[in-house]
Amino acid sequence: MPTKIEKDSVTGTETTGHEWDGIKELNTPLPKWWIYTFYVTIAASLVYYVLYPSIPLVSSYTKGLLGYDQREDVARSIEVAQAQQAPMVSRIRTATLEQIRADGALNAFAMTGGRIAFNNNCAGCHQAGGAGAKGYPNLADDDWLWGGAPDAISGTIRHGVRSADPDTRQNPMPRFGLDGMLKRSEIEDAADYVLSLSGAKHNEAAAKRGEPIYAEQCVACHGEKGIGNPELGAPRLNDPIWLYGGDRASVIESISNSRAGMMPAWAGRLDDATIKMLTLYVHGLGGGQ
Amino acid sequence: MAGTTTVRTGGGPGEQDYIEDVVRAGVIATIFWGVVAFAAGLYIALQLAFPLLNLGLEWTTFGRLRPVHTSAAIFAFGGNILIATSFYVVQRTCRARLFGGPAPAWFIFWGYQFFIVMAALGYVLGITEGKEYAEPEWYLDLFLTVVWVIYLVVFVGTLLKREEPHIYVANWFYVAFIVTIAMLHIVNNLAVPISPFSSKSYVVWAGVQDALVQWWYGHNAVGFFLTAGFLAMMYYFIPKAADRPIYSYRLSIVHFWSLSFLYIWAGPHHLHYTALPDWAQTLGMTFSIMLWMPSWGGMINGLMTLSGAWDKLRTVPSLRFLVTSVGFYGMSTFEGPVMSIRQVNALSHYTDWTIGHVHSGALGWNAFITFGVLYYLVPVLWRRQRLYSDAMVAWHFWIATLGIVLYITAMWVSGIMQGLMWRAYDELGFLQYAFVETVVAMHPFYVIRAAGGLLFLIGALLMVYNLWRTARGDERAETRAMPALVLRPTA
Repeated sequence: MPTKIEKDSVTGTETTGHEWDGIKELNTPLPKWWIYTFYVTIAASLVYYVLYPSIPLVSSYTKGLLGYDQREDVARSIEVAQAQQAPMVSRIRTATLEQIRADGALNAFAMTGGRIAFNNNCAGCHQAGGAGAKGYPNLADDDWLWGGAPDAISGTIRHGVRSADPDTRQNPMPRFGLDGMLKRSEIEDAADYVLSLSGAKHNEAAAKRGEPIYAEQCVACHGEKGIGNPELGAPRLNDPIWLYGGDRASVIESISNSRAGMMPAWAGRLDDATIKMLTLYVHGLGGGQ
Repeated sequence: MAGTTTVRTGGGPGEQDYIEDVVRAGVIATIFWGVVAFAAGLYIALQLAFPLLNLGLEWTTFGRLRPVHTSAAIFAFGGNILIATSFYVVQRTCRARLFGGPAPAWFIFWGYQFFIVMAALGYVLGITEGKEYAEPEWYLDLFLTVVWVIYLVVFVGTLLKREEPHIYVANWFYVAFIVTIAMLHIVNNLAVPISPFSSKSYVVWAGVQDALVQWWYGHNAVGFFLTAGFLAMMYYFIPKAADRPIYSYRLSIVHFWSLSFLYIWAGPHHLHYTALPDWAQTLGMTFSIMLWMPSWGGMINGLMTLSGAWDKLRTVPSLRFLVTSVGFYGMSTFEGPVMSIRQVNALSHYTDWTIGHVHSGALGWNAFITFGVLYYLVPVLWRRQRLYSDAMVAWHFWIATLGIVLYITAMWVSGIMQGLMWRAYDELGFLQYAFVETVVAMHPFYVIRAAGGLLFLIGALLMVYNLWRTARGDERAETRAMPALVLRPTA
């Protein structure tokens, strides 16, 4: 054994006498503060075991003196939170939308609750403040697909659009190109006519040719001069607001392939009071009728 | 002291007989994968700040690139330096050639690189087990098991034929790392492929048991890969670079065994407030708290080994990184137990605080100690007198340190802010902030974090240049700090 205990000149401590590739070790005892702090953490853990659930037994575990139970804890917190809101929530549940709007405190409560519910559930598509995005309607303007009165908004939220809900809002616009109902040139002419309705840039001659096509295929839903029909969810075509883009190519694509945007039904996912608050919030975004 | 008192017994090999080619290859692989890991990290950090950078392609989305970053950092960069240094250290501290000669060592090296490349390709193509830090699918898991078992045989075989009477502490840590990783890897990845010809498999564990096994694995990947393995490096390279004896043999024994025993039970702290039973959470938390001092044992032994040699920080370029890494190690092994406390975790869990914690360990401890080891090893392995430039090491050090500070402070602020925003209620009893509002609030900190990552990458590129010129045998004309004259008290 190449054991050769030496005294280190810097610290005055002896080495262990081992050496590996020139590395030696000092025989320094454990630092006192280190070992005592270690003991303290062990003691603290033992105290914790007495107070909290800790030791697994055959079919249960030690519960601890404090009676801590995470599931009960969360149930209790939810109960407390619900109790705090209960008076206002029960009034919202029973009041009509009109009554809520007329009551200052109740309306303030509903708008606050509606805002957070909107931001957590709706803003992903409709964007913060209901600004909308391509394919996701702007909710802050007065252009409504399915109506902007409180009851209409509530209906859309509850049942969704082309959702699995039996009362869902839906309106199958035909796929004029994909299903061969119109020729490509007819679709292009119809698009020019549609563009002319809002005064957008269009080809006058083509729009003339498109007018009878529109009258035959589109007018039933989109109405004379493209005024739209919220009963059927048919968009207005005579304003510069476009859900899928108002350039010629986008309009041609809409006519050819249809669009069929979807929105989930929120009844059952959100409770009644929340849907009411959401309705009032969306209604108050700027375009409510 | 440089071996002046070495007493050679028996006919063990000398310096010239050690297998070094595979170590040199490992050093090159470490540097290469380090740059890949840092660049990937920077890119995904920028994606979080600017989602446009997902490019709308499935292969370049954050979800696919994130495991490329984590695997490149932990397994490719970290794994290569661990394997390379273990081969280097075990031969020298045992005075024995690698068991089995060069062939198995080369198989381990190339097998491991193959595993990394295949794993990364899989991630980009969407092939994943979906288990964090254990994403590779069953066929790669099996392949890695073969490589790893051969690694274990080579390492333990070398220990068994050693010419030294005792096993040096660094080798205890390397063995703990290799054995425990083998066990963790096999148990966590037990899976049944849907067909022998399909890359898809299902893990045998289900529900909360799967979660517990996953975090038993995940936390001990930190414990035995990134802690025990890197402590092994610390125990060899700090005393070598400082030319001082290890501070306390006894501390190394006690902290080795207490660390190994306690770490393996700490995993449940990843599952506070989940379906995991309360009692298991309590045990995970308390074992994490008890782990504090055993972790710090390594820091004390690293820092106190410098007693009487602190002046070498000016003259030995690698030492700066080695010492600072131990400081970051101490910081994150204190932060970890604090975050494991259930009430603290209620705020910190699922927030960026966790990301900051991980990176103070990964950048400050793992990467810094690796940089220190590389600056030490490259001149030794390529038989050069000194590094190409000491000044560039100083630049690397300060740029990278600034990068880490930006990174972790940004994540502390954003993580704590995020946690507080999630739990904030207004006076009417509604949540104060929607989730998307917390995302918006985090944006500036994501930009700062990316800036920190950029600095870290720039520092690493300086190192690449410096080490490349060193290996070529160049020396930059510059004034170098000379060893200070130290008056040592006579014993």
